[in-house]
Amino acid sequence: MTATLPAWAALPAIVLLVCGGLLTAIGSFGLLRLPDFYARMHPPTMGTTLGAGCILLASMAISSGLLGRPVIHEILITVFVVMTAPVTAMLLVRAARYRGTRQQKQP
Amino acid sequence: MRLAGARGWRRVSPVLAAGLLVMWLLLNQTLAPGQFAVGLVLAVALAWWSATLRPLRSTLHRVDLAAGLLARVLADILRSNVNVARIVLGLVGGRRIRSGFVSIPLDLRDPHGQAALAAIVTCTPGTVWVDLDPDTNVLTLHVLDLRDDADWIRVIKGRYEPALRGIFE
Amino acid sequence: MIMQALDHAVTFASLCVIVAMLCALVRLFLGPAAQDRILALDTLYLNGMLMLLILGIRSSSTMYFDIALLIAVFGFVGTIALAKFLLRGEVIEP
Repeated sequence: MTATLPAWAALPAIVLLVCGGLLTAIGSFGLLRLPDFYARMHPPTMGTTLGAGCILLASMAISSGLLGRPVIHEILITVFVVMTAPVTAMLLVRAARYRGTRQQKQP
Repeated sequence: MRLAGARGWRRVSPVLAAGLLVMWLLLNQTLAPGQFAVGLVLAVALAWWSATLRPLRSTLHRVDLAAGLLARVLADILRSNVNVARIVLGLVGGRRIRSGFVSIPLDLRDPHGQAALAAIVTCTPGTVWVDLDPDTNVLTLHVLDLRDDADWIRVIKGRYEPALRGIFE
Repeated sequence: MIMQALDHAVTFASLCVIVAMLCALVRLFLGPAAQDRILALDTLYLNGMLMLLILGIRSSSTMYFDIALLIAVFGFVGTIALAKFLLRGEVIEP
């Protein structure tokens, strides 16, 4: 890592990296800890939204600081994740409900 | 052979074409005139071509409401991230967490508005969009921390639905 | 001083993402149902994408961004295909 990063980019990046890492870790830990499938759907969303958002903002701040011009192409990943998350969640819940009703019918 | 006349050009959705152009420029990380021209041609061509794939068109009405909605959604995402983190780490003061399904009758009819609502609901930790009945327009959500059904009906109908109806209907 | 703190922050974030990936991996092996495994795989993809972004910060290269975008696209397509299989695959099998 180069030593030419200005403080206005480095300070927010430190905070954002720590927050994003913690949120992602807690989210995936929830995937491990919570008792049933529907409850487990929720915690990984933390990593998807705020965790990824923090790390993307940190990446934007650092590359903008290094290159001396605003670098915002990380926003594409955010847009993509926000647009695809509902599709994934909807299909997974539908699959879980379908399999759940089938298992109840077969004693 | 009839070249694209007035009716042909009307098929190009300006919002989609502008979005594609912005995406092209962001991917190439440039504002050079050459890339701009290539991006413009590609964006218009793709928007024109994709109209045959997707006959459903929508018009945006009150775009000014989007800023307030975005701020509200970001605030809700922040708050519910903290709530879900506390539930995962068990910092809820011994309260038993009950999760379950909530049914909400929607007034929002526009499919694009419903898609936007789906994105908002799914991106907020603690709520997942389960199903929307196409006949009765009843939305089913799964909520991680379900204290009272009425709370969630109030959140969806009070906080998000009016703005979305203003934008899309 | 501040650059050292940034270095530590990057290391901390990558450790957090490694822990997250391990959690998702354990859930992938534990299951119990197929939908749990798919959810774990989706989470694993997303954590991998974040790991690539952090690697990009560490090496201050923008090349990792393209890989991260590709991983996001592949993760989405893979998850959709698997979830669709759960829905449709059993329709055919008795």
